[in-house]
Amino acid sequence: MSVTQDGVQFTLERDLAVDLHRRMVRIRLFEEEAGRLMEAGVMPGFLHLYVGQEAVAAGVMSTLRDSDQITSTHRGHGHAVAKGANFQRMFAELYGKSTGYCHGRGGSMHINDLDIGMLGANGIVGGGIPIAVGAAFASVYRNDGGVSAAFFGDGGSNIGSFHEAANMAAVLGLPVLLVCENNGYAEFTAQADHMRITDVADRAAGYGIPGVIVDGMDAVAVHQVALAAVERARAGGGPTLIEAKTYRFYDHQGVKGLRIPYRSAEEVQTWKARDPIALLERRAVEEGLMEPAQCSAVWDAIRIEVAEAVAFAESSPDPDPADLLEDVYTV
Amino acid sequence: MSLQTQQSQPTDKTGTGPGTSTASTPVRQLTYVKAFNEGMAQMMRADEDVFLAGEDVGGYGGVFHMFDGLKDEFGSRRVVDTPISEAAIIGLGVGAAARGLRPVCDLMFMDFLGVCMDQVVNQAAKMKYMYGGTVSVPLTITTAAGAGLGASAQHSQSLEAWLAHVPGLKVAMPSNPYDAKGLIVAAIRDDNPTIVVLNKLLLGTKGAVPEDLYEVPFGTARIARPGQDVTVVALGRMVNEALAAAEQLAAEGIEVEVIDPRTVQPLDTLTLVDSARRTNRVLVVHEAVTFGGIGAEIAAQIQDEAFDYLDAPVLRVGAPFSPVPFSPVLERVYVPDAQRILAGCRRLLERS
Repeated sequence: MSVTQDGVQFTLERDLAVDLHRRMVRIRLFEEEAGRLMEAGVMPGFLHLYVGQEAVAAGVMSTLRDSDQITSTHRGHGHAVAKGANFQRMFAELYGKSTGYCHGRGGSMHINDLDIGMLGANGIVGGGIPIAVGAAFASVYRNDGGVSAAFFGDGGSNIGSFHEAANMAAVLGLPVLLVCENNGYAEFTAQADHMRITDVADRAAGYGIPGVIVDGMDAVAVHQVALAAVERARAGGGPTLIEAKTYRFYDHQGVKGLRIPYRSAEEVQTWKARDPIALLERRAVEEGLMEPAQCSAVWDAIRIEVAEAVAFAESSPDPDPADLLEDVYTV
Repeated sequence: MSLQTQQSQPTDKTGTGPGTSTASTPVRQLTYVKAFNEGMAQMMRADEDVFLAGEDVGGYGGVFHMFDGLKDEFGSRRVVDTPISEAAIIGLGVGAAARGLRPVCDLMFMDFLGVCMDQVVNQAAKMKYMYGGTVSVPLTITTAAGAGLGASAQHSQSLEAWLAHVPGLKVAMPSNPYDAKGLIVAAIRDDNPTIVVLNKLLLGTKGAVPEDLYEVPFGTARIARPGQDVTVVALGRMVNEALAAAEQLAAEGIEVEVIDPRTVQPLDTLTLVDSARRTNRVLVVHEAVTFGGIGAEIAAQIQDEAFDYLDAPVLRVGAPFSPVPFSPVLERVYVPDAQRILAGCRRLLERS
C-alpha cells in the first residue's frame, strides 16, 4: 500500500510501475555485483552499498528530467543508476579504469555525469547539499525551469552545510528538493544517539519550508511526494525537505562490513521483509499492471547488462600514469 | 587591451603602479578598491553569466565598499545578498559554476575560510579532477586579508599558503590598483576556482589604472623595481614595504630588485629564478607567519633551480608564529615592514 501520512493512497499507473521497478532492479543488481566483486578482492577500494534504499532514488528520479541536477553522497551508486548512468562507465570507474566516468580519478564516491543531471556523488557528508542549491540558483538565473535535488542521510542532516544550505535555499526561494534518506544510522551510530528528534522532516520548520515524511520503502509513495515537491519548486514555490524512512540492508561499508554489532538481526529482518522491490512487484501484480514473468524478465535482462558491464570494465585499459596531472586545472 | 607582463612592459621605478600602460583609453589615478570595483563592474557588463553573492554585498556594497554601486546597476538577480553562511555561499558558487555560470562569491574576511574550507578545498578545487575532467568550476572567491587595522586574531590573517597548497585552486594577491583590477578580471575569466586576496590596508592606496577592460594574467610576476644586488620577493602589501626598503638601500648604492609574484598559485618560478641568478641573494617577505608560508616554497624552488648562483641562503621575513595580536604595540611588532626587510637585506649582503 502506498499511503501518505495523511492516509491518502496513491494510484499506480502501469508506466510508472514499470519505470520504478526497472530503476530499482537496476540499482539492486548493480550493487549486489559490485559488493561481491569488492569483497572478493577483485575490485579495488571501498563501497557504500545502496541496497534496501532503492525506492528513494527510483521514486525521486522518476520525477526529474535529465537536465535537472542532483548531488549525491558517499552511498551514491543508487542515485547515479536511477538517474540513468551507464553501467559500463560506472563499473569501469569502480575498477579505476580509464574508461570510467572519472577516467579512474574518482572511484566509487565521485561518479558524475552532467548530461543526465548527475552533478556528482560526494565523499564528504553534507558536501553536496550547498552545491545542489547552487545548481538550483543557476536554473533560476537562467530561467530554464530546472530543479535540483540534494540527497543526504539522517547523519548528514546534522552537519552545518545542511542547515546553511536549507536556509539559503529557503531565503532565496530556490527550486531544490532536500531529500533525507533516513536509514536510521550515521555510519554505526543509531539515530536516537545522534539527534534528539524522531523526524528529520521537523527540521524544515526551522527554515520555513515544508517538511514531508514518506515511507522510503514504497517507491510509489516517494514518487508522489517528490512529484508534488518538484511541481511546487518548478512553479517558484521554493524548496521542500523530504524525509524518506528507509534502511540499508548491508553494512555501512561493503556487504558484511566490519561486523560491528550495532544492529540486531531482528531489526534487519523486519526491514528486509519490506524489501522495496518485492513490495512494488506484489502491488503491480495484484493490480494487474505487471505480470510475474514480466518482472522476472527485467531481472534477467539487467543481469546480462551487469555481466557485460563488468566484462567491459575488466577488459578496459588502466589510466596512463603519464596523464596523472591531467585535469587538475581547466586549461 | 594591455596585458601587463614583466617581459613586455617597462617597470615602474616609483613602485606604486604596474608600469607604463599601452592602453588606448585614459589612465586615471584610482584607489585599489575603486580599481577592483571597476574590474567587477566591467566584467558584469561584459558577461551576463557573472553574478555576485555574499554577505552585505548588495545593499551595503560590501563592508570594504568593494562592490559599491553594483546592485544599483545590475539588480538583485545578479547581486545577491545572502545569510551569514559561508559554506552555503561558496557551495552556491560551486553549484552554479558547475552549471556554467561565473559566480563571484565574497568571503568578507579571509579568516572566514575556516567555516567554508570544505567547499573550497574538497569541492571547488577537486571537482574537475575527481570527476574526470568533465566539470569546470569557474568560481571566483574574493576576500580581504592582512593585519594592521587592530582587527586582531580572527580578522587579520593572511592564509594564502593554505590555498596555494591545494591542487585545483589559483590564488592572486594584488599589491596595487592596476593589479587589483587586472587580476579580478583574469580571475573571473578563468575556468578554474580562483581566490583574489585583497589587502585591507591597500584599499585606499592610489595608482594608475587604465579605463579599459584589461587583465593581468595569472602566473606572471612583475619586477616592481629592477636591481642587481639583492632580490626581494614580496607578496601583497609587502611589495610597498620592499620598495620603501629598496629606496633606502639605493641611497647607500645598493640596488634591490623587488619582485611581485602577483599570484602565488600559479607561481612564476622562472622570473624568480632568473632574478636569483642575476643578484645571487634572495629575501622573501610576506605578512603570513613564516613557518610553512609561501616563502618556504619560494626558497625551496630557488635553491632547486639556482643553488649554484647563490652567495647566501635564501632568507625569509614573515610574521612570528603566533596569532595576530590586538594591541597596536604588539601588532606593529608582529607585521613585517620596511625596516625588517632592510635588516634582512643587510644580512644577505654581509655574506660574500
